[in-house]
Amino acid sequence: MKGSVQLIDENGKRVDGRYPNELRRLRIEAGVLKNADGSAMIELGNNKIIVAVYGPHEAVPKYMAEPDRAVIRCRYSMAPFSVDERKSPSPSRREVELSMVIRQALEPAVFLNEYPRTMIDVFIEVLEADGGTRTASITAAAVALADAGIAMRDLVSAIAVGKVGGRLVVDLNGLEDQYGEGDMPIALMPQLNYVTLFQADGVFTPKEVEDAFRLVSEPIKKVYREQKRALKKKYEDVVREVEKGE
Amino acid sequence: MSESKSAGILSLLRREVILAGLRKGEREDGRSLTEFRDIEIQTGYVGKAEGSALVKLGDTKVIAGVKVDIGTPFPDTPEMGVQIVNAEFIPVASPVFEPGPPGEDAIELARVIDRGLRSAEAVDLSSLVLVPGSKVWTVFVDIYPLDHYGNLIDASGLATMAALLDTKIPSVDVENGEVRISEEKKPLPINTRVVYVTVAKIEDFLVVDPTFEEELAADARVTYAVNEDLNICGIQKGGSGAFRVKELIDARDMALEIAPSLFEKLPPKHGA
Amino acid sequence: MPVYVENRQIVVPGELIADKNRFRVEGKVYERDGRYYSKVLGVAYIDQENRRVNVLTLKGKYIPSPGDLVIGKVVEVGLTNWIVDINSPYPAILPLNEVFSKPTSIPRSELSKILDVGDIIAAKVIAFDYARDPLITIKETRLGKIPQGIVVEIPPSKVPRIIGRKGSMVNMIKELLGVELIIGKNGRIVIVGKDRAKAELAALVIRKIEREAHTSGLTDRVREFIMEKLNEIGGGSNEG
Repeated sequence: MKGSVQLIDENGKRVDGRYPNELRRLRIEAGVLKNADGSAMIELGNNKIIVAVYGPHEAVPKYMAEPDRAVIRCRYSMAPFSVDERKSPSPSRREVELSMVIRQALEPAVFLNEYPRTMIDVFIEVLEADGGTRTASITAAAVALADAGIAMRDLVSAIAVGKVGGRLVVDLNGLEDQYGEGDMPIALMPQLNYVTLFQADGVFTPKEVEDAFRLVSEPIKKVYREQKRALKKKYEDVVREVEKGE
Repeated sequence: MSESKSAGILSLLRREVILAGLRKGEREDGRSLTEFRDIEIQTGYVGKAEGSALVKLGDTKVIAGVKVDIGTPFPDTPEMGVQIVNAEFIPVASPVFEPGPPGEDAIELARVIDRGLRSAEAVDLSSLVLVPGSKVWTVFVDIYPLDHYGNLIDASGLATMAALLDTKIPSVDVENGEVRISEEKKPLPINTRVVYVTVAKIEDFLVVDPTFEEELAADARVTYAVNEDLNICGIQKGGSGAFRVKELIDARDMALEIAPSLFEKLPPKHGA
Repeated sequence: MPVYVENRQIVVPGELIADKNRFRVEGKVYERDGRYYSKVLGVAYIDQENRRVNVLTLKGKYIPSPGDLVIGKVVEVGLTNWIVDINSPYPAILPLNEVFSKPTSIPRSELSKILDVGDIIAAKVIAFDYARDPLITIKETRLGKIPQGIVVEIPPSKVPRIIGRKGSMVNMIKELLGVELIIGKNGRIVIVGKDRAKAELAALVIRKIEREAHTSGLTDRVREFIMEKLNEIGGGSNEG
């Protein structure tokens, strides 16, 4: 994982031409699946991830239900063809951990106590992976939950901060993730300013931990704007269409 | 079944009692909000393991055992040894643990411990190569909580680090790709030690080294892994709640403040 | 600015709607630190005159409420009851004694002759507290099995648009198309009509209203749409 490849130059330009605080190309689309109650597709750089939300529905199995709130069941999965070396379809330990931290990143945002004894399923499938899949998944899952009409305090917007060539950068791509010095995924409820996902591997100085939050502030706003745009688009398009007709 | 579920549920009354104490800056066992429980570390507990340690952190007890074997390296790191950390939450340790393969909590714990060590390069994996690309030492760490009274992560971190520091691997002669194991043993090469500090958030209070009940009362927790340079080599937020940024920074400071005393409890690194 | 959104603005969860004490804020909102935020992906309707803001959800499952008329689908025949899907995370229970006005004892094997899996019923919710599944009845008049019709499902939040102010929309559809609409609060609507083509047109109309529910001038557009389509049908083609 140590920096053996030169990933950033003296001017702060990264391997894909971006500067430290730049996001990759981001596109989100909401309501893409007919069957799911809510859904979203996200493309962030080469990442392509689809999320389906089913629910709230009757808890299955029944013993998993909580009397006073909904239970979120989250499954993060990578398709075998999503990575360079084929990944086996059976859940890896990494996928188990990510399913859990993603669920815990979304739970604070949902008004779980409005749906006692029910279950909300969040199914995440990574179709193509290129660094930062867990934060992209959270970003898309929040859109899918809202698209399903589920009551939430706020959306959840997420981005990974990383360290390459000794510098903090935002939105690591696959190469930077693999050969860089550290990866720090962060998810926030942007209006309320609460952190719901916070992890790191690699070595960071205490100051870098603090700086990461400062660095992530503007990019997260961009992510949030795109999430809002995606959610509103379908409905605003209808209004435009109708107004044009008149 | 209902008993195990009941053990994992904190009554509102108990939660209120805990909170009332925190408002006065007190915890039920008399600690301050930034104090760890008493720590006892006993290394070499399991003779058959290449390294082992039994840790008591207050009433929480965790044992970690290290087994070492010759294996093949990962294809993308042909010149590095292999480190595998596993944890099993056995029913012996708590009524809330059901028998079965590791669930998400056990997997999370193992991966958090593993990442902290790996990020800091605690075990010198590059010196565990016997035949590059084909034979390396594989270091298996198995973490078994024996009594769960809160903060398994930090206790497991101490047990793991102590067990690795206790580990002896055989000396080997390598000739023409053949490995001959000698009777002589030497310590597993360790570059740096790592400790873990978990801070739980109970409403607006941050408490270090939470007990089982404090964990149930908590909205969320954050664990900082710290290396001997007092840099952060791992972070994991857990739980269904959320933190303010300021709280995460305060927790970081608490971790850095406490880390030196945890290092003192661990066996020292071996001289080169 | 007391209100931060415009009339008919689409809002997302967490979007700031208004400050407290300036306007009366209702609907799918929550309050935090003296301000109201939307809880859902929805539409904000502002009534400047009466200083009211209402946030309605665009989607979402049906949560039962006693007194609601619902259209259900029988999914299971039990020992002394039926389990009925009412488009809710909470499956409804129709006990035997809520089917007949007089107490009866009927062997289980006979139950499916009264109502079988797949039957569509118009029912009323008589009880619901979150601790137990909702209870429904078909004892009253105008309730019971619906033998035929076209069932359309829309988000429950859009049902008021199908009805319209004082029934203006639903009455217009009934008049122009000669169909009967049984509207369930749970978002299910049964279209009953002798003329198949007109009944299917009614289904199209409902879909159009669902799609454009958050726009203004809908009633007029729907009338135009119906007249247009009626002309097409009147032209002799047999489309649906």
